[in-house]
Amino acid sequence: MSDGPSADFFPATRRTSLSGWGRTAPTVADVVTPMTREQVAGALQRRSERGVIARGLGRSYGDPAQNGGGLVLDMTALNRVLDADLEQGIVTAEAGVSLDRLIELFVPFGFFVPVTPGTRQVTVGGAIGADVHGKNHHADGSFCDHVLSMDLLLADGTVRTVTPEDDPDLFWATAGGMGLTGIVLSAVIRMTPIETSLVSVDTDRARNLDEIMAMMAETDAKYRYTVAWLDCLAKGRNLGRSVLTCGEFARLDDLPAKKRANPLRFKGGTLLTVPDVVPGRLPNKFTMGLFNEMWYRKAPQHKVGQLQSISAFFHPLDAVQEWNRAYGKTGFLQYQFVVPFEREDALRKAVEKISAAGAPSSLTVLKRFGPGNNGYLSFPKPGWTLTLDFPTNTPGLARLLRELDELVLSNDGRLYLAKDSRMDPADMDRMYPRLEEFRTVRAKVDPDGVFVSDQARRLGLA
Amino acid sequence: MKDALGAPQSLLILGGTSEIALHTARKLVDERVRRVVLAGRPSDALDKAAEGLRRQGANVEVVAFDAAEPDTHEKVIEGVFAEGDIDVVLLAFGVLGDQESDEQDPVAAAKVAQVNYVGGVSAGLASVKALRRQGHGSLAVISSVAAERARKANFIYGSSKAGLDAFAQGLADKVHGTGVHVMVVRPGFVKTKMTEGMPDGPMATTPDVVADGIVKGLRKRATTVWVPGQLRYVFSVLRHVPRPIFRKLPI
Repeated sequence: MSDGPSADFFPATRRTSLSGWGRTAPTVADVVTPMTREQVAGALQRRSERGVIARGLGRSYGDPAQNGGGLVLDMTALNRVLDADLEQGIVTAEAGVSLDRLIELFVPFGFFVPVTPGTRQVTVGGAIGADVHGKNHHADGSFCDHVLSMDLLLADGTVRTVTPEDDPDLFWATAGGMGLTGIVLSAVIRMTPIETSLVSVDTDRARNLDEIMAMMAETDAKYRYTVAWLDCLAKGRNLGRSVLTCGEFARLDDLPAKKRANPLRFKGGTLLTVPDVVPGRLPNKFTMGLFNEMWYRKAPQHKVGQLQSISAFFHPLDAVQEWNRAYGKTGFLQYQFVVPFEREDALRKAVEKISAAGAPSSLTVLKRFGPGNNGYLSFPKPGWTLTLDFPTNTPGLARLLRELDELVLSNDGRLYLAKDSRMDPADMDRMYPRLEEFRTVRAKVDPDGVFVSDQARRLGLA
Repeated sequence: MKDALGAPQSLLILGGTSEIALHTARKLVDERVRRVVLAGRPSDALDKAAEGLRRQGANVEVVAFDAAEPDTHEKVIEGVFAEGDIDVVLLAFGVLGDQESDEQDPVAAAKVAQVNYVGGVSAGLASVKALRRQGHGSLAVISSVAAERARKANFIYGSSKAGLDAFAQGLADKVHGTGVHVMVVRPGFVKTKMTEGMPDGPMATTPDVVADGIVKGLRKRATTVWVPGQLRYVFSVLRHVPRPIFRKLPI
């Protein structure tokens, strides 16, 4: 037997309705799951005039991994780790390998992924396409800052190995380029060395927005990982009350004696799955108000050096499978913006607006970004970033978000494309001043616009 | 593309001078619609409608389209889709005819059926073909409460809308799962130029209210929209009134 499917075997396409993690705006496309690089190239040739987009684990909230009427390549079967240097921590992984898999494989050898978003259920290809960031952005930058090279399948069917040194234009157009320059087949990633799989966490409560902003400005320099959870339904003098968690991977010496025997143990897995029967009106400002109150109260006022697992610290929601179903069939959206540090007033105004509107955001997260990278459409830049979740049936949501758009725009801020599902295309070039450069690079490698997504159509990205 | 809150970006109106459709267009342009295509018989009214929407900030194209000529429908509609995706097609053309005189003029009566039903069938199918190819989008078909049960006072118009209504219901089920959404809109008596000079029917409504119903229905991907909403319950009773009584009702 050969070690892969024979050349004349080709996986069938399935006409499938796809949406993002927010379960809004579904469209129907032909989905195919290639098993090998050759099949990815073969699928590319079988495209219709509606083009192609690659899809990973579908964790983008909106429509970047959808291509209505066209072809969608489900990349999750390209899930092999091709090479690993366990001295240097350099890993070559196919695009469909998830961060979950990388963590599971390499934590026992003393390496953690360089950057992880709030879920580890994202693929390497998706992490590059959205140039994802995590709690360590101020210290380590975003995902593509740790990608040494990648193999990119281009529109003409050729494969190019792209590095930031040899082909900076194409590399940085692909980093955060939402899959519109080509299909990432594999990438070489520099992992982060760790001594143990436990995170030493310091937790503090802040009574209001001013307090949390002052605390965060101070903790950035001291900790590699920091993030604050914010109660955006609190009002008055409690406005912006938060729980700040800061962490570092524990050193071997930090562990109690009985844990030192197996310091790099990692346990993933999930606890439960949300059934698809939740009524859409369940997350409302009353239930969320209760939830937020509880979350705030249960957090310790001040606690130092608590040892937490990777899952508990980085990916608490991953314990619950299909948690997006908790918002019911009408779905939800996430709104993430960044405004520069010197525009702190805009952040305050945004929190005030959301609180006044009583919009029930359950997972409001505040974080400080460090310097951005060269990615043309990469989201992070120095400043405050706030992330909100809203059920789409929230009354007055469209207007509230338009007001927030205005606030973000007039303060040199922008929205994150991996979260976007409703921004105004007219705002795009003001939020991303390098959009035209991106289009120029893309026009060179994909003159016919083969790579296209619903989001690209909606925002006129290509 | 429609966004996460159900707001479309592009709109094709078949029957570009329909008051209901133009009210709908204005509301959608206020949201996210930027491209509007008005398809209709060339006229000053059509150009004026386009101008109004342009002033509101939309990019408006006007294309020649005659509902009474089904042979031409596919070509016109294909041409519109070739220029870019259409998120919503509003099938809004229709004629009322004149029941009294049409009863004496079979050719004129057939014209009502030709436009409202035959034209609706070909334009509806051509639209859905293009929508299916792009894997998303809505077709809203403006029917009428007159389609619900034939009345002696307007059965020529009513039967043409009944045909269109049944066609659209079947089409909606046929395309389920293809990403395409077909919605039937059943307004009651609407005060427009079409009904000018007629006495207001019971529960009379305005094009603006009907447009609100359409916008809301599109957002929720409704299959049927009644305007005003109470008509749904009125007709669920009227549908079952025995013929000898129904015949005598002053409706």
